[in-house]
Amino acid sequence: MKTRLQYRSDLVVEILSDLLFQAVNLVFILVVFGHTQFLHGWSRDEIIFIYGFFLVPFAIFSTFFNIWDFNERYIVKGEMDRILTRPIHSLFQVILERIELESLFGAVTGLAVMIYAGSLLDLPFHWYDPLIFLLFVIGGALVYGGIFISLATIGFWSDARTSIMPTMYNIGNYGRYPVDIYNNVIRYILTWILPFAFVGVYPAAYFLKREEWYWYSFLTPVVGLAFFILSIVLWNTGVKRYRGAGN
Amino acid sequence: MDKYIEMIRIRFLMMLAYRTNYYSGILIYGINIGAYYFLWSAIYGGKGNIEGLSITQMVTYVAVSWMARAFYFNNIDREMATEIKEGKVAVELIRPYSYLGMKTMQGLGEGLFRFFFFSIPGLIIVYFIFPIEFSASPVTWGLFLLSLVFSFFINMQINLLTGITTFFLFNNDGLIRAKRVVIDLFSGLLLPISFYPIWAQNIMGYLPFQGISYIPSMIFTNGFKGADVYQGLLFQALWSVVLLIPISLIWWAARKRLVIQGG
Repeated sequence: MKTRLQYRSDLVVEILSDLLFQAVNLVFILVVFGHTQFLHGWSRDEIIFIYGFFLVPFAIFSTFFNIWDFNERYIVKGEMDRILTRPIHSLFQVILERIELESLFGAVTGLAVMIYAGSLLDLPFHWYDPLIFLLFVIGGALVYGGIFISLATIGFWSDARTSIMPTMYNIGNYGRYPVDIYNNVIRYILTWILPFAFVGVYPAAYFLKREEWYWYSFLTPVVGLAFFILSIVLWNTGVKRYRGAGN
Repeated sequence: MDKYIEMIRIRFLMMLAYRTNYYSGILIYGINIGAYYFLWSAIYGGKGNIEGLSITQMVTYVAVSWMARAFYFNNIDREMATEIKEGKVAVELIRPYSYLGMKTMQGLGEGLFRFFFFSIPGLIIVYFIFPIEFSASPVTWGLFLLSLVFSFFINMQINLLTGITTFFLFNNDGLIRAKRVVIDLFSGLLLPISFYPIWAQNIMGYLPFQGISYIPSMIFTNGFKGADVYQGLLFQALWSVVLLIPISLIWWAARKRLVIQGG
């Protein structure tokens, strides 16, 4: 972190370009709703709220699970050998080395967007909502973390370069919108196989008081935990198989 | 001229050597087209057409914009930034060709490769997956291809401009990223320009970005009728020429600066 702060202008630029990216997505929603009242029964402000919610777990994920280049950085370059000689769990150490605190700024944007949309929607607020929010955000971040750690472990089995990570980032974007606009197959995939819907719509539905989705909302931490545990199991198996770069 | 054609050829062959990278690219673009397909279907709901585009035209618009992006999009700005930062550009400058010309030709080689190995197969694949309609008129196809050539040049010129700024800024990674996001939005890749509020459309009329994606895609989907098509092409042609002015000015300033640094 200290080395990062030395390049303060880079940091500002990075935060600004993230903000710009988020602004583009909001502009898209705003322009689209200039032509329609409802998106499959969801109003403009609800969609914005879902997007704002999505940004929070996504920011936490980008801060702590920065492992999209794990294969190139650790396996191909042999850095993994160094990690394995240390006395803490290898995954934990990789995560610690790659923390990017500046990504947390996205959570601030997300909260601001949520509060703005929430105030337009007159959402009821209970004392326990922040706690549930925290639980869902952690769940969502774990879903993302679990999926991407699992993908990173592919590196233990095959050191070929794959573009599966960027593909997955693009699939993740599907979770920003209500899943009922997709067809059943995609909805099923987004719920049970690549559960990106648990990062956006499902947990946000609780705060939007969409009772038909409550069941899914409260499944968020469970799914997050399940996928995260699965990824750790995969990681541990992968580490056992790992033989190091070179011979 | 021969040497520039050679540059196109070399870049083309280089891309051919790494072609496996592109199969996943088609998948990624397919995923993006899919996301927007569902989104637009939901947006249209029961509506027959929005701003003169039917849902089929809209889906075609999305598909063709992404596949056209495969052709015009390149990372020449990032390559230039690296070459300038590492000082390689000094060697390039004493070679017997124009540096910017070389970069353009490399971009063209890359673009041609992607056009044949990415855009065309990609378009055929998405044609079978999504309800897309291709125009039967060869005139439309011809005008579309002409328009696509202009989009390549406009995008290339903006890339060159961004690349040259490395001479002046210590680190322009942020600028490059920002430029990419702005182009995706204002070029009409994500949203047809005609969907924006009128005031925004007026502002964008003074900017070159819609020449990159909106105009060729509207020609392809028959969203433009009659005079609109030629106006669009004229808009693109004008910007392709106009953009040469800031490029030569800033390039002149950059070269001067480089000499000062060296001496």
